[in-house]
Order: sequence, then structure tokens, then C-alpha cells
Amino acid sequence: MEFFRIQKVIPFMRHVLVLNVISIALFVIAVAAIAVRGLNFSIEFTGGTVMEVSYPKAADLERIRGTVTAMGYADAQVQNFGTSRDVMIRLPLKDGSGGASARQSEQVIAQLKAVDASVELKRVEFVGPQVGAELFADGALALLIVILGIMIYLAARFEWKFAVAAIIANLHDVVIIVGFFAIFQWEFSLAVLAAVLAVLGYSVNESVVIFDRIRESFRKMRRASTEETIDYAITSTISRTVMTHGSTQIMVLTILIFGGPTLFYFALALTIGILFGIYSSIFVAAGVTLWLGLKREDLIKPIKKKDEGEVELP
Amino acid sequence: MNRYPIWKYLLMAGALAFGLIYTLPNFFGESPAVQVSSGKATIKLDAATVTRVESIVEKAGLEITGMIYEGGSVRIRLRDTDSQLKAKDALAAALNPVPADPSYIVALNLLSSSPQWLTAMKALPMYLGLDLRGGVHFLLQVDMRQALTKRLDSMTADMRVQLRERNIRHGGIGREGNTIEIRFRDDATRTRALGVLRDSQTDLNFLASGEASNLKLVAQFKPEAIRRVQESALKQNITTLSNRINELGVAEPVIQQQGLERIVVQLPGVQDTAKAKDILGRTATLELRMVCESPDEQAAFASGTVPLGCERFTERDGRPILIRRQVMLTGDSLTDAQAGFDNQTQEPAVHLSLDAKGTRIFRDVTRENVGKRMAILLFEKGRGEVVTAPVIRTEIGGGRVQISGRMTTTEANDVALLLRAGSLAAPMDIIEERTIGPSLGAENIEKGFLSTIWGFIAIVVFMCIYYTLFGVISSIALAINVLLLIALLSLLQATLTLPGIAAIALTLGMAIDANVLINERIREELRNGATPQAAISAGYDRAWATILDSNITTLIAGIALLAFASGAVRGFAVVHCLGILTSMFSAVFFSRGLVNFWYGRQKKLTQLAIG
Repeated sequence: MEFFRIQKVIPFMRHVLVLNVISIALFVIAVAAIAVRGLNFSIEFTGGTVMEVSYPKAADLERIRGTVTAMGYADAQVQNFGTSRDVMIRLPLKDGSGGASARQSEQVIAQLKAVDASVELKRVEFVGPQVGAELFADGALALLIVILGIMIYLAARFEWKFAVAAIIANLHDVVIIVGFFAIFQWEFSLAVLAAVLAVLGYSVNESVVIFDRIRESFRKMRRASTEETIDYAITSTISRTVMTHGSTQIMVLTILIFGGPTLFYFALALTIGILFGIYSSIFVAAGVTLWLGLKREDLIKPIKKKDEGEVELP
Repeated sequence: MNRYPIWKYLLMAGALAFGLIYTLPNFFGESPAVQVSSGKATIKLDAATVTRVESIVEKAGLEITGMIYEGGSVRIRLRDTDSQLKAKDALAAALNPVPADPSYIVALNLLSSSPQWLTAMKALPMYLGLDLRGGVHFLLQVDMRQALTKRLDSMTADMRVQLRERNIRHGGIGREGNTIEIRFRDDATRTRALGVLRDSQTDLNFLASGEASNLKLVAQFKPEAIRRVQESALKQNITTLSNRINELGVAEPVIQQQGLERIVVQLPGVQDTAKAKDILGRTATLELRMVCESPDEQAAFASGTVPLGCERFTERDGRPILIRRQVMLTGDSLTDAQAGFDNQTQEPAVHLSLDAKGTRIFRDVTRENVGKRMAILLFEKGRGEVVTAPVIRTEIGGGRVQISGRMTTTEANDVALLLRAGSLAAPMDIIEERTIGPSLGAENIEKGFLSTIWGFIAIVVFMCIYYTLFGVISSIALAINVLLLIALLSLLQATLTLPGIAAIALTLGMAIDANVLINERIREELRNGATPQAAISAGYDRAWATILDSNITTLIAGIALLAFASGAVRGFAVVHCLGILTSMFSAVFFSRGLVNFWYGRQKKLTQLAIG
């Protein structure tokens, strides 16, 4: 079985200008969304308390909200989590010492028990303000180190134009993923950050594979233009690109379906990352190398002995 | 060209065997067990206790299906949860005659049901994180400023006494923030004081300042002394926490230092956070009191009444003892306790260091009570225990107290530990808390397992249809990858969390990438007219460079995450990194071996089953 019996070289680069304009537009929208709406950070980053409680029957959110508000938490969030019986309560940090905030969850569950004794506490997570701030800094540092590490690796492995192109393509992905989280105000947790980093490492692969092919094609096709060579390289890897991303996406999809609410946004971030990863490594990464003026001489050293012979373009 | 030398096949077989053996314990599951460990620093769990434990359970008519004795605790495996509860009750009743004052911790636990030979090979099931097994996690921040000021306060008092003893007149001594300031009227006195203090207070740097009639000595901690004070404060807090947590009856508590001033406490299976917090925050106190020894009091005691002003306690050997209510000295005055030996008799002893105030009181008390007994009591949870009640031989000044007599070296060590560990060196704040109910833990395991298994099946079906035989080989390689990954996680006892399970699933999705790459390359080579054998060889060789590249970039991301993440996400990073390594082995080396085994010998190969 084969999905891609491609006989002709697909002229990917013909529409690269239009697509790059779209990319820039998406990028700008994402950045604007992050700047304007901001991210809905989980308490891991902001500090605060999250409680997950479960009732034997569908929970009465209004009553729970009333109970919590009556305790003086006017800006507490009460919402369903996964099923109608499970409720998630988010409490902001209390002013004063860490001890006061740490005791919040006990007081709230005691009050909820007084209203309805059948409530069961499933999970509590309390993060103090200093821990949240540290996680935030660590997360940002991790992101920076990944970008730098990949850049150094690519620069050593390829020509600098490739390294720049790959990083632009992948930052484009990262910004768009984060943009989605800003636009829809999905909760941005530490797990989502992990997913973003994993995507970053993963979709650089895609650029690497394509660049490898471009280099190889330059060697084989001496007379073709840069644009034609890139088209040929992408055409010959497109089958692999779709297959590998497809198989990874199968896995991510099962996490999305079966993984439950804890892993939902993690899987969602991966999904967006994988889909945009395909697009960006073809159109953004290859496109940027074209803009940067990639030439045969950049990749093939003039001193050459014999080659494997030319491949005819069909 | 597509042949493996025999050693490569052996390596494959070896990897397979390793994977199978170390994955195996995860399939046996866990069975109910009861864990007995020492509840007090003064009680050691030895072989005799193990025999006793065994006989108690057998006497209760319960069958022991397995037993592990290691690291000062014994775990007994039982047939079902019913007999587990019965065994726990029987053990608790027999080992702890006074339930309010347990000598041993009897806790419910789970023990791997895998056969003995697996356990002997250190093949254990994966270590589940709190989000999968349920429990409480606390991150505590030690208030180091307070630890330092506490220490400075006691040093100030020490120095005041020293100066008075040497008749050095000063114009006042006191702590100012992080320094101690001593004022003097003339330079000669200051020089003398400096000489004395420099010799005795080696942790401090002294600086002379001021002029005319307002001369000063400013003392400050040396940087290395600050570190030492902080380290010892942290260690003491950890010891104290361990002692307190023992009483909760938690089977496998984790109490670890994190960074320079934080302590992680993990209590698997504990649901009652309120009680846990209460216990973590409590303080224990040490008290020095006199023993009621007057003939009248002894007579009254013998007849069974407790005379006025006295209290009844039990000594460590179980004998009752009558102790005065009046407290001479509390643990606040104690600066250190170390085990050692008596200088003259070479008997094991405990050396206590008191601060200045304590030294003065202690000298007065001992001078007035030579020949009488003094008791050292440790109060915890409002209940006192007599650590020791020695006879005062002579007046003791200088703040160095030695407790000796009728002690073994171990006992001396334990008493010193107990005295040191009695209280927290500095207050702590809970800065992070995570509680996961047991039902949620089980749900999380199920969710993680379901996503992995369905994803795996989907990929296998897809690969087998799309690449036929090569798809089957890729799928086998993928299965080997899971096997090796789980085996490694089990062997390393890395903590598996829910994001960790997601990482297993994700790793599988990414690992198949390598096989797709190889298979596509082989197809391409065939399309370009290569012979089947040459296509296999070229396909693997050419794909290898790409696979290496992509895995390195993924690994960079994984390692950065490993370095900065904490908690459950760290579990993701661990699995992700390990998975990348195992996938390179299985997807390239192992699958090539299978291909070689299948096709390598066929000289006149005309076709490959690659779809």
C-alpha cells in the first residue's frame, strides 16, 4: 500500500510567497493575542490552590460557588472538570504568610462537607508564590536553552542559513501553539510547556530531514535551480513527513481521547504542534532558506571528485 | 551484505532477555503486606524482632507468603487484604502494649508479588509517583534567617558569660541584625576581649570599629560558618521530620533535601492532610528536672500515691520514676548533643553543650544537688519520656555536660540523636502541597494505560497494512522498545507519573518515525532500481544519519526539560530521554537484525514485502 505515488515534482515553492504572508499574519495574530489577552497560567506558575472534589451525583455548581464565596473567596473559580460530578475549585493566593494559604484547602473542604457530606476530596494542589515565580523562570530558561542548543547543533551540522531557517520555522510553531492557548484561554500548565518543548525538539527533525534531502539533491542535480532542487527534495520526503507525523499524531490522539482532563491540554498542544510542524518545515523552513539566498556553493564545496551521477527530473 | 555477525544476534537476544526479566515484575502486581519498623530512635529492629513478628502473625493463624527484611524494617506479604488487616491488628497489639506510645510502626503496605528470584535480581515493579498511587506531597521552606538569628542569640549570651568570667568590662553586648556588637570604653579592654573571643568563637569574624570612648567590636558569621549553620539546621529539621512522620505509620515516606533550604516530604497513601500538616508543624521540647528522692516521697510512691509537686514517668527500662514538676532547664538552652566517650572511664557518653544562660542555671543546680538524680525528659505530643536520669557527681560549670553510665555506644548515639532531633532548628513554611486521592491515582493509571495501548495497537495495525512484512518488523521493534523502556524504568526505579506514561505513548509515536524513515528509504531505493539486498543496506545506512540528527535535537529538548522541570513533569522528561535512547537501539539495530535474519541469507532475493 502506498498513499503517495508521486510522479511529478510538486512545485511547493511556487506558492511560498503567499503562504509565508499567511504565516506572518498568523504569527502576528498569535503574538498580539499573547500580548493582549495573556496566558491563562495554571497555579503551578501563578501560585494558589486548586481543589478537585467529586460528588456521587451531578454537582450543584451554584451552591458550591455560594459556599466558597461566602467564605470570602470572591474571585474563586468553580467549574466542572471532566464529568458533571467532578468539580474543580481554584482559589487565589491569600495575602500574608504561606501558612494561611496552605490552610485554605482544609477550610474549604470542611465547609463543603458541612453543606453536603457526600463530597469527596480527590486532589489538592497548593503552590506558594515563590515556587510559582521560580517555575516560571525555570520554564523560560528551559525554553531558551532548548532553542540555543538546537541552534548550535544545527549550525555545526549544517550551513548557518539552515540553522536560522529551522529556528525561525520552529519558533513560528511555538508562538502559534502559545497563541492558541492565549486566544482560547486554555490553561497553560507545566505539562503544556513540556509539550511545547517536546514539539520544538520533534519538529526540528522535520526541518533536518528536509535539509538533508536538499543537500543531497544539490549534489545530484547540478543543473537545476535552487527552487527546483528544493521542490524535488520536499517531494521525495513528503510521504515520510506525512507518515511519521501521522503515526505520532495517532498516539497523541489516543492521549487526547483516553488521557482524561489532566493530559488534555498537553495532548492538544502536541496536536497543534505536530500539524503546524509539517506545514512550517515545508513552507517556512524551506521558504526562509530561499529568502536567505541559499546557493549550491553554500552546501557543495567546490573541490569535488566524482558524483553519483545525475538524476533526471521526470 | 545483510548479515549480522553472531555477537550482534547474541546482543539482540541479551537485550530481549533483559527487557523481559525486568519488565516481568510489573505484571505480577502487588499484594497486601504489613510493614513493621522501629518507632523510636532508641529501638532497633533486629533479627530477634523479625522472628517475633513472624511468630505473632503465625499465632494469629495467618499465612505469610513472603517476607523481606532490609534497611531496618520488615515487610510481610499476606494472602489478601482481610488477613493484612488482621495481621496489622495482631502485630500492633503485641508489639505496642501501650498504643499511645508505640515502640514500633505497624503500617499497611503493598509488596510486589513477583517471585523471590526476580526480587533477588533487583527486578522490581516501576516506582509509581504520587499522582498514580495517591498520597500527599509537601515542599517545606526552612526559614534560614531565623536559624541564623537563633544561633547568633545563643552566641551573644555565650560571649556575655565569657567576658564576665574573665572580668572584662564591656559597655553592652547585643545582636544587631546579622551582627553582634560589643561596646568598650578603652582600647586595652577591647584588645583583651578580642583575644578571648577570637579563640572561643571560631565561627565569627571580629572587626574593631568606633573611636574615642565609643569603641566597638562587631562580630559577624564567617561565610563558611553560615553555610554550616544552614546545613545543620536543614539536617536537624529533616531528622525531626523523620521522627515525627514515623508516628503517622506511613510505609515509605520520602523526606529529602531539595536545594539549600527546602525539604520535600512525600507520604504515599496518606489522605489526612490536616493531621499530616499538624505533625509537621509541631515542636518537641526537652526538659531537665530533678527526681523526687526524699524518703517521704519515696514512701508515698511505694504505697502507690504520687506526692504533691511530683509526677510519675517511666524510665526506658520500664521502671516507674517520680519526677518533680518544677522545670530547671528547657531544650532551648541546648546548643548541641554529640555521642562520645568519658575521658576517664572510656564509657560511652553523650556530650551536651549549653548556651550561657543554661550554663549558669546548670552550674547552680548541680552545685546545690550533688549526689542527687537529675532527669532529662523529652516531651513530644504532650507526652514526656525519660531519656536518662543520671546521678549528679559534682558541680558542673562551663556549659559542657556529660551524660554517662549504663549506656552502650548505640544507646549514646540514639540519645544524642533524640536530644538533637527534639526540636526544629528553624521554623518551616509549606510552600507547595499536592494531595491525590487513591481513586484518582487508580483512574490516572487506567487513563495512561488506555491511551498507550490503543495508540500502540493503532500504529501496529497501520504499519502492518502499509508496509506489510517490514511493517510487522517495525512493530516488533516498537514492542521491543516498550519492553526495554519499561525494563529500564523498573531497573532505575525512576518515578513514573501520569505525564511519564504520556511520554511512553509519545515516545512510541516518535520512535516509529525511525522505521518509517527506513522503510520509505528502502522503497525509494527499490524504485530507483536497486536490487532488494542493496536497497535494504542503502535504506538503513542512509536513514541512519537522519535518525541520529532528529534524535539529538529531541534529546536536547528532553535534557533541558530534565534539568529544569520538577514534580510530575520531571517524570515526563525522564521517560522522554530514556525513550529516545531505547528507540535508537530498537528501531535501527534491532529491526535491522530482524530484517537480516529474514532476508540476509537469500542470495537470489527478487522481491521485498514492503507494500
